[in-house]
Amino acid sequence: MLKIDGLKVNYGGIEAVKGISFQVPERRIVTLIGANGAGKSTTLRTIAGLVKPAGGRIHLQGEDITSLSPDRIVSRGITLVPEGRRVFPDLTVVENLKIGAYLRRDSLNEDLKWVYDLFPRLKERSWQAAGTLSGGEQQMLAVGRALMSRPKIMMMDEPSLGLAPIVVRGIFDIIKEINKQGVTILLVEQNANMALKTADLGYVLETGRITLSGSGQELLTNEAVKKAYLGS
Amino acid sequence: MIEQKSKKGAYLFAAACILLLAAVVLLENVSVFLPREKVPSVLLPTSQLFVVLKKGAVYSLAAVSMNLLNGFTGLFSLGQAGFMLLGAYTYAILTVPVASKDTVYYLYGGSAVKFSLQDLFGALFGTEGAGGALSMGLGVVLAMVLAGCVAAVFAYFIGLPVLRLKSDYLAIATLGFAEILKAVFQWQALGPITNGANMLQDFPTFSSFNITGAGGKVILRLSTFFPFLVSMICIAMICLLINSSYGRAFKAIREDETAAEAMGINLAKHKMLSFCTSAFFAGVSGALFAMFVNNAQAKVYTTTMTYEILLIVVIGGIGSISGSCIATFLYVACSEWWLRFLDNETVLDSGMKVPFLRAGFRMVVFSVVIMIVVLFFRRGIMGDKELPDLFKRRPKAAGKEETA
Repeated sequence: MLKIDGLKVNYGGIEAVKGISFQVPERRIVTLIGANGAGKSTTLRTIAGLVKPAGGRIHLQGEDITSLSPDRIVSRGITLVPEGRRVFPDLTVVENLKIGAYLRRDSLNEDLKWVYDLFPRLKERSWQAAGTLSGGEQQMLAVGRALMSRPKIMMMDEPSLGLAPIVVRGIFDIIKEINKQGVTILLVEQNANMALKTADLGYVLETGRITLSGSGQELLTNEAVKKAYLGS
Repeated sequence: MIEQKSKKGAYLFAAACILLLAAVVLLENVSVFLPREKVPSVLLPTSQLFVVLKKGAVYSLAAVSMNLLNGFTGLFSLGQAGFMLLGAYTYAILTVPVASKDTVYYLYGGSAVKFSLQDLFGALFGTEGAGGALSMGLGVVLAMVLAGCVAAVFAYFIGLPVLRLKSDYLAIATLGFAEILKAVFQWQALGPITNGANMLQDFPTFSSFNITGAGGKVILRLSTFFPFLVSMICIAMICLLINSSYGRAFKAIREDETAAEAMGINLAKHKMLSFCTSAFFAGVSGALFAMFVNNAQAKVYTTTMTYEILLIVVIGGIGSISGSCIATFLYVACSEWWLRFLDNETVLDSGMKVPFLRAGFRMVVFSVVIMIVVLFFRRGIMGDKELPDLFKRRPKAAGKEETA
């Protein structure tokens, strides 16, 4: 569904991504794992159009979307849950969700209901300012906001960052649930263990290059991965 | 359910506006209807009260338009006086009556603009009686719309390079632009259009809207009603914009540019939209200001004026429209009326001179008040809440003030 071909990105004068290629098949959960500075977030930001690539192509369902502006990319069905959640703190939960659907002009009621069904917590707090939610609730809101654009692919940048383990588990359960309902997921994680257990397909990124790939289970049992990322 | 609620709110809002307008008309006509000796001095047409109301109406529009940009979109711009100047001059140039052009522009041997809008309408509807009033009204309204448009067009071209800047850099750039405009409009070479460093006058002002009967006696005063009406319409339009999906996008940009962009909000487009809309209404308020002071003169639109308006926005609460309006009237009433006594030397009956009271002391008190507001009431009168929010009950949101 999403096909990345020889993607190169320069970030602040250095080559952060040095020509990577990978695919995200439809209705799967794909994860990119790697250490700090491996180029995971940069890759996601480039696919979302927030950063312009220096080379390579990005195709969505056969259509070339390289270098399109972020709003065009969102309207083609790719959405990003940014690192650190980045909800709009002074706006209410409902307003946050509505901004997620900004590019759509049709009725939102159905999608609001969908998001509220996934996250009943958000419904309870719909009139509260997003900045007053707990970290886990903010992550739910960030995911809900992204879902409001009715994406084909949802990209998530470090959803577990700064959350308690039990909350992280909840978030990953929700990711699986959303995936079951037909949304393809591209996940970037430092929490490799959790990510690989959830993912159908994984890629290991090291200083801007893909060094390993395979199914989640394969990578989990791979000796090199174990040593470098799983700490055993 | 939610739809119904907001509809009810809209009706209430409209009703409140109409009531306020009616109250204004009533207030300024007390002196017309009652015999002179029965009118309390505060309601006489010469009273400071009406100066405050008129200037308050003009400044609230200026403040709300600045709040749209600074408070709702988070773009810190200090070009307000510049856009008001554009509006004031556009309005004045288009409405100085043909008959007065030679006296107004006597230094330049007449104006390069050979028409005035109300004279053009006058050719259609006549210049006497009701036809004259109609053509004057249409001319004024059209000139005000054009005043806004000129400011908005300028904002567009300035925005192209300037909106790439952030926070203080944007403030400096817009401030510079306002200063440049002030100099350009006083330039001798533009004299036949702008009247150089001299003022433009003789155009229709607020008192032109008073209805006079035979013998020049005023039978209905509308000179305070008019600026209220215009300001209210404009502020209502800004409210609609802020409550639309565009308004939500503006707020999203204010809160987090990157996240807003990731949600598919086109930053450049929305910043430009906010900048131009703000400039449009600043232009209209500039036209109103020219009507209020009865002249248009570039040297009035100083940085101090921008700061005055910024101050109002801060006191009222950044991101609150009703806060801006309340703060405007408080500020204008204090500076023009209630605190005037501070500038007059006063000697008590006992012969003692009250210490400190002398010309300029008012500004000292003002500065202290501002410091207190900035130090202790940083969120202003209203914070980012609106007046109706205060009456809404949301039990689940209880306790959110502490954590905010």
